[in-house]
Amino acid sequence: MQKRLIVNHQLLDIMVMRLCHQLVENHSDFSDSVILGLQPRGKFVAQRIQSTLAAILGRQVPTGFLDTTFHRDDFRRRETPLTANATKVDFLIEGKKVILVDDVLYTGRSVRAALDAMIAYGRPASVELLVLIDRLYTRHLPIEATYVGRQVNSLQSQRVLVEWKGQQATEDNIWLITKTED
Amino acid sequence: MQELSVRHLLGIKDITVQDIRLIFETADNFKDVLNRPIKKVPSLRDITIANVFFENSTRTRLSFELAEKRLSADVVNFSSSGSSVKKGETLLDTVNNILAMKVDMVVIRHSSPGAPHFLSRHINANIINAGDGTHEHPTQALLDAFSIREKYGEVAGKKIVIIGDILHSRVALSNIFALQKLGAEVMVCGPVTLLPRYIKDLGVKVETDVRKALAWCDVANVLRIQLERQQMKYFPSLREYSLYYGIDKRMLDSLDKEITVMHPGPINRGVELSSDAADSHHSIILNQVENGVAIRMAVLYLLAARQ
Repeated sequence: MQKRLIVNHQLLDIMVMRLCHQLVENHSDFSDSVILGLQPRGKFVAQRIQSTLAAILGRQVPTGFLDTTFHRDDFRRRETPLTANATKVDFLIEGKKVILVDDVLYTGRSVRAALDAMIAYGRPASVELLVLIDRLYTRHLPIEATYVGRQVNSLQSQRVLVEWKGQQATEDNIWLITKTED
Repeated sequence: MQELSVRHLLGIKDITVQDIRLIFETADNFKDVLNRPIKKVPSLRDITIANVFFENSTRTRLSFELAEKRLSADVVNFSSSGSSVKKGETLLDTVNNILAMKVDMVVIRHSSPGAPHFLSRHINANIINAGDGTHEHPTQALLDAFSIREKYGEVAGKKIVIIGDILHSRVALSNIFALQKLGAEVMVCGPVTLLPRYIKDLGVKVETDVRKALAWCDVANVLRIQLERQQMKYFPSLREYSLYYGIDKRMLDSLDKEITVMHPGPINRGVELSSDAADSHHSIILNQVENGVAIRMAVLYLLAARQ
């Protein structure tokens, strides 16, 4: 297994800061905006975005975590069923501007499931998508992100791993992992 | 990513403690779904489920049907009254005919113990036992244990007494298996005529004095007196049973600790449980019904993945 560092922790800090300023440009004071992190791994990105925005705005933007397991289209097509994660959305999204947050945008199927799952909490005024890594030319569905940290070219056999400090890693890093035959 | 160790849910005896925990964790998520404004998820939208009930049922059938519909499955219902069973069709033929209509899962209740096991050997569909005679009722035991876990945080180490007609009760047997697997202490309590002779071999305590049983336990699961299953008289009269084994609010209040009262329903009010006890703060009977839907959703979801 080969592991190549594509974003180190300093770059990741800058990237998150840039994404937050882009969000502020479009949402100004976030009075009608909410953040939804996609379980399991978008949760950490959402928390990071929320804390960085709090430093910029001086207030917390409502943030929830959305689990899409029961809305996925690959149920019964996978080897084993997916284990669900907790959904924690303490607010209604009716009429709100929703920012969906995930770490990696790959086939777009999780985002499709998330759009479906999100509707259970109301009809949002608009929906945007923020991802740290956008894997180019891998989409199965016509879904694109509104805010992108970094675009990467990758093979289908490769995997992008976003590590967070405190979550089984010592530093925030983004890796491109290549499986080798051995 | 985990999956169940079985393709069918025939009884609690056949499943592992990991299976039970997986069902509980999945049910936690479904309970969350059931408390949303939109209570439906599309997981089972390409699955057809037949509810085949050869015996009367209100709660279990409604609960299964609701669980199936919340998961977006297509549902067909069958009950033996008004069907070809009355014309002499065998169980296997009836179910095979239903399966010929391309059904993926069968939820079956039957008065003969082992009927779901028999079907699981002969047909190619996931079978869920919704009660087979006096044998097992696995989803009821799962929702009972889930309700105890919800109330106390953990089932292990809790003392649970099952009171009433143990001899004819499938709920009792499934509950004993489930609670023991989860590490609880189980006692059965009832008149000697309604206690199976070798019940001690299952490793449960046996008590005939209901007051002693209540003083011992954390949770009392009170069973219904099943007059329809009794071929002969096991006790002189309902009035006498109620006098010796009926539980009322006064008895619960006289204990030096707070216990929880459960009942699988339907309650014979004034026989095994008085109205004031059934409607008191001790009772989690309606929570059991609510949890039933979440548990059945979890079972259906996890079994559907095991084709």
